[in-house]
Amino acid sequence: MIKTDILIIGAGPVGLFTVFEAGLLKLRCHLIDALPYAGGQCAEIYPKKPIYDIPAYPEILAGDLIQNLAQQIAPFEPTYTLGERAETIEKLPDGNFMVTTNKGTEHSAAAVIIAGGLGSFEPRKPPIASIADYEDRGVNYMIKDPEIFRNKRVVISGGGDSALDWTIFLANVAREVILVHRKNEFRGALDSVEKVSELAKKGKIKLITEAEVTEIRGNGKVESVIVNQSKEGNIEIPCDNFIPLFGLLPKLGPIANWGLEIEKNAIKVNNALDYSTNIPGIFAVGDVNTYPGKLKLILCGFHEATIAVQFAYNIVNPGKKYLMKYTTVNGITGFNGETKKSEKAVVKSI
Amino acid sequence: MSDIKVKIKDRFGVSHLLDAPTDMAMNIMELCKAYELPVEGTCGGMAMCASCQCYVHSNHELSAIGEAEEEMLDQAFFVKENSRLGCQLYLSIEMDGLELELAPES
Repeated sequence: MIKTDILIIGAGPVGLFTVFEAGLLKLRCHLIDALPYAGGQCAEIYPKKPIYDIPAYPEILAGDLIQNLAQQIAPFEPTYTLGERAETIEKLPDGNFMVTTNKGTEHSAAAVIIAGGLGSFEPRKPPIASIADYEDRGVNYMIKDPEIFRNKRVVISGGGDSALDWTIFLANVAREVILVHRKNEFRGALDSVEKVSELAKKGKIKLITEAEVTEIRGNGKVESVIVNQSKEGNIEIPCDNFIPLFGLLPKLGPIANWGLEIEKNAIKVNNALDYSTNIPGIFAVGDVNTYPGKLKLILCGFHEATIAVQFAYNIVNPGKKYLMKYTTVNGITGFNGETKKSEKAVVKSI
Repeated sequence: MSDIKVKIKDRFGVSHLLDAPTDMAMNIMELCKAYELPVEGTCGGMAMCASCQCYVHSNHELSAIGEAEEEMLDQAFFVKENSRLGCQLYLSIEMDGLELELAPES
């Protein structure tokens, strides 16, 4: 089991900054995120978009903000469980919380700070009635191990980069690859579009455009899909796997079942004091929380995290007194003992 | 007075006639949220999530579909000929009387 002082659910900008503020109080943090890398929405949805309302940065790319935060928190040696979704939470006999991920990784901490943003990113699932029955029985929303498609008949659906990239890759792995797209044109990287078109010309893959997969058929596993093509109508395509690739969408997910008070898909917190939830020891900061006057802004999340860790300190160290110190006065001391501090400068010699 | 009227049919088929200001650089997604219609606006208006997809039922001449919007509509579900992303439709005087319908959630 991974043990830490504060367990942070969500490694977006606010989750990362929480590590910094906790580090100033000498509290160690571990972060869990469903994405395979830190950065949350900033990394997943808009890394190349500029943000204009981060104090003291007239303009900063979302991806750069994440890199800067990673650098800022490095002295406090955060640890991560990435690519796993926080699934369940329970209170242990020692008073700590235990959070277990969908892959069974167990974590324990005295305080939990949820900085889950809009939730965990999950694949956008096409509205096909029976699709849930075939998940992991031939329907794959993500490709982790391409080898499972070796010598299989695969239907990929989607028109973006991942649909194109996997079509190209699986052309050399699967027995048959058919790419179904709603339009005639693809919007992925030019190079990928050209490669796919080349593979189609050579007969290595088959393209069906102006079409959508509307039905999955099978007996316990995928045996065929029905593709509705604008001119030809319904076509049944025998296949072993159907891979819909339509990007990711954030969902509050299992956190919604943790017994926390939820309002409008967000966690209610006490904004008058400490951003605590209705469960003592669990805080929520950033876009995932709600309170009267809430603004979903990164800069507001930074403030909320700063306040929340002050109170989390008392949970991790009951009875211990702590006084907030300015970094300008004391610098910052990382967990390796190194201190970053300004040089004492002689202002005026007499 | 720079308010216009916009009619929005929600996902239960109920129409809402909304007073919409044109002097606040507001878009349809933000207008829906301001009136607490169930539009998520997950990406904050960057044409990156399609949670504000709507169908345009009136014949208003709207701003052309940009590259990012087209790209998103490519990946979204329940897309029709008259689909637009609410976040890309900025309120203007010319949109007075606009009629929209919220696309199903996906």
